Amino acid sequence: MNSPAVQRAENAFVEFIDGPITSFFGSCVHCGLCAHACLFYEETGDPKFTPIYKLEPMKKVWKQNYTFWGKLLHKFGLSKPLTEEDLKAWEPLLYDSCTMCGRCSMVCPVGNDISYMIRRAREAMVASGYAPEGLKQATLRAATIGSPMGIKLPALKAKIGHIEEETGLKIPMDIEGADYLALLSSNEIMMYPEYIGAIAKIFKHAGVTWTLSSEAYEATNSGLQIGSSDIAGELVQHVVDAAEKLKVKTVISPECGHAYTAIRWEGPNLIGKKFDFKVKHILEVLDELREQGRLKTTGLEEAALTYHDPCQLARRGGVVEQPRRLLNMVAADFREMDEHGVMNWCCGGGGGVSANERAADWQLIAFNKKKSQVQALGVNTMVTACANCRMVLEEGIEENDIQVEVLGLTELLADYLDTK
Amino acid sequence: MAENDNLGNLLARRGISRRTFLKFCTALASSMALSPSMVPAMAESLAKAKRQSVIWLSFQECTGCTESLTRSSQPSIESLIFDFISLDYHHTLQAASGFQAEEAREQAMAEHKGKYLLIVDGSIPVAENGVYSTIAGMTNLQMLEDAAKGAMAIVAVGTCAAYGGLPKARPNPTGAVSVTDLIDDKPIINIPGCPPIGEVITGVLAHFLTFGAIPELDTVGRPKAFYGETIHDRCYRRTFYDQGLFAETFDDEGARKGWCLYKLGCKGPVTYNSCATTKWNQETSFPIESGHGCIGCSQPDFWDMGGIYEAVSEPLTDLRGPAVTAVVAGAAAGVAVAAMNKQSKQSAKDRHFKVSSETLDEELKK
Amino acid sequence: MDTALLIWAKSTGLQWATIIMLLGLTMRVIQILLLGRATDLSEARNSDVMSAGIKTIFRRFVPPQGMLQKGLLVYLSGYIFHIGFFIVLLFFVPHIQLIDSTLGISWPGLRSSLIDAITVVTLLALIVLLLHRVWNPVLKLLSTPEDYLTWALTFLPLLTGYMAYHHMLFEYNTMLALHVLSVEALMIAIPFSKLSHMVTLFLARWYNGAIAGRKGVQS
Repeated sequence: MNSPAVQRAENAFVEFIDGPITSFFGSCVHCGLCAHACLFYEETGDPKFTPIYKLEPMKKVWKQNYTFWGKLLHKFGLSKPLTEEDLKAWEPLLYDSCTMCGRCSMVCPVGNDISYMIRRAREAMVASGYAPEGLKQATLRAATIGSPMGIKLPALKAKIGHIEEETGLKIPMDIEGADYLALLSSNEIMMYPEYIGAIAKIFKHAGVTWTLSSEAYEATNSGLQIGSSDIAGELVQHVVDAAEKLKVKTVISPECGHAYTAIRWEGPNLIGKKFDFKVKHILEVLDELREQGRLKTTGLEEAALTYHDPCQLARRGGVVEQPRRLLNMVAADFREMDEHGVMNWCCGGGGGVSANERAADWQLIAFNKKKSQVQALGVNTMVTACANCRMVLEEGIEENDIQVEVLGLTELLADYLDTK
Repeated sequence: MAENDNLGNLLARRGISRRTFLKFCTALASSMALSPSMVPAMAESLAKAKRQSVIWLSFQECTGCTESLTRSSQPSIESLIFDFISLDYHHTLQAASGFQAEEAREQAMAEHKGKYLLIVDGSIPVAENGVYSTIAGMTNLQMLEDAAKGAMAIVAVGTCAAYGGLPKARPNPTGAVSVTDLIDDKPIINIPGCPPIGEVITGVLAHFLTFGAIPELDTVGRPKAFYGETIHDRCYRRTFYDQGLFAETFDDEGARKGWCLYKLGCKGPVTYNSCATTKWNQETSFPIESGHGCIGCSQPDFWDMGGIYEAVSEPLTDLRGPAVTAVVAGAAAGVAVAAMNKQSKQSAKDRHFKVSSETLDEELKK
Repeated sequence: MDTALLIWAKSTGLQWATIIMLLGLTMRVIQILLLGRATDLSEARNSDVMSAGIKTIFRRFVPPQGMLQKGLLVYLSGYIFHIGFFIVLLFFVPHIQLIDSTLGISWPGLRSSLIDAITVVTLLALIVLLLHRVWNPVLKLLSTPEDYLTWALTFLPLLTGYMAYHHMLFEYNTMLALHVLSVEALMIAIPFSKLSHMVTLFLARWYNGAIAGRKGVQS
């Protein structure tokens, strides 16, 4: 008899394998091309980082449950069953060396959406208990405190106090009927609180009303990263409850990639119903304001700069043109990296990698890709729209001792607001 | 003709010069792919060859093979060789009939026991103990078995004797079989064709008379010298095949220009015979030269190889019906399997292990 | 030479191979479609997922940005072998004749010397892919016996066809029979192996394109 962990994993695999996954596994010809789309393979040359290889345990279960020969062999006990060793061996491959950036999904010749499969494979991993400790801790904090970094409301309020002092603007909290409910990410609160000031300035300038919610201020969704729909759904539910309570029309996802995927694309599916409000990324909102003529800037940033596309925003989220239109308002010398937009390279810390201390070394190796991209451009400023990317990039920059500054796009815009 | 007479004397008496005979031997040698240096020795031994006792049995056949052999209007060396043998029994050609004929056969079998050459044309019906064809009350099967016992070698002339031929075509009501199917303890030479080329029959006899042994055979018992290449490979229209120029109908431009008849069902590519080189009717022509594709008559089971006008690559059965059935059955099976999959997916959902802060906490405490 | 084998291959063998292939493939496709996926409740950025999926089906015939250089050998050999295989399959006159007699449609063929040359190039591309599979660390890690079996099943029809045409090893009829049998082995293996990608890749690409297309990304 299988161990409970294996049973739970197997059960979750069977539960989450669907039509697309069946067509993906059935079409894979083992050509190995996905390796070249993977940051971790490209920077190390280690074959175990080949994206499709990271799905071997799921493939095993697919074969045994969803194919003719597989079922037959399985029935007579002639195929190797899923084992605890499999789960143990694949845990680092599925969590530490995959940021779910989805680049492999863009290149697979037979069309496999490998990232889609990884997301579902993690469901089985977390169900069996084989998930990284760092990510488990973050998820536990998110589920109990509402924030993966454990930021409680008083801490947030303290930060807000500083910002209000600095900017002289009131940061609205729990305002019913505001146009927008803004969400924040842990990183923003802890490391880049300037973001809060920036949106306060911009919204005042544009003349729109907005609010934070004391009950749901975090958009970061560790449940999604660890791969638990149960917890991810709970976290989404907090936001939905707050949005409904405050009767807002639009919820703004912060400068955070996975938060956007969690609330915008997975959210309604996680709680099993359509939202009564819209969900937009802050860049989408800003671009709309720009289009309506409510966002005016003056002056230009003279330094040469480039834009790092957060994977979940661009490739997995469809927000590609908005940042470029916004950047062009304020940048005199905007240069694109060779591979950008939907074919960008990940910072190396998405998908929960940055929350997983065990993956720190791999994350740094993966950063080399971004380093060479930026150095090829010869710019010293990198703008992005994801606090997690920003933090990971800054870590890489520091470790590599290179002279590059990372900015949040919203803050950059706020700095050039035409306040006349 | 005296018993101890030889072929050389016979040819001399018939006015065939030594020069003409050598020419024949050269042609024979080359048609059998023998080295030219062997020609003098071959001529010498052929000239010295003694009369060979031959018993010719005709079973389920049409006499076409005999016609092919005896059709020459002018006496050729080949036909003289045929004259030279002592044809002790051949129920189409012999003057005797009834019990006298059968007596002649039995006499020859006894007199030349172990030395006579048995030639068979026609297939042998074996269904219901061979009652479908009898001669003088004796089944072909019985007659073959009797005659084979004392034979030195057997020559199966024509596709019926060699491979069962037309009588064996599906559904083969008489249970027709070939000589090889029944006899396995004697050397057997197959000279298939419907009919075989006369020159090939005499050529094989000449070889036998010359060397006293059977020629080199291919895997289905045919002398390689005459059946070593396909009609297609030696066909004068081959170049059109290679260029992709085909007659599409029998009266189109391509047919008039003499293009390849592949699409009109020519079986040249799968047929081993020397029609394209030896030709027919005193080397006048062969079927493809007169505008008709080869029907593959020297091949085993050629009647079942598809219609005469269907190309070699065409399937021999209907595929559309089975294809439609397969798709329908596949769809039904797919629906059934999908239902099973859905069920196991649902029960996996029912057994879903809920990840919660409690379970995470517990794991982290471990 | 062996006409009986050839006749069997061209009748019973071909019939069963066709039945098994079509039955298996239909089953596979129906299974995928009926397993389906949950309705997506999020608001679509682009609701025309159908055309996004179809676009991806076509886009994936071409390597995406930056990939050609990285996987040059696989891409080139892959293209050559797939295109070569289909040219030989669809433009050799005897093959067209087979299709014509079964489906009643036909088109002009290529001269056999050209088909012959393409066959050689295709065989070489397959050999390159095999060596790559044996030597490349990524492929070595991914490969299973099935990969080698399906390679052989793809290689053999081309090889036996070439050998039959050139009268190598066996006499033409035997080789032709082996050629037909090797094709039948390939047909039978299709639904039960990765070879089914010849059909399922259209579904896989479509799903990929539809999933991304919904979010406004053309994958």
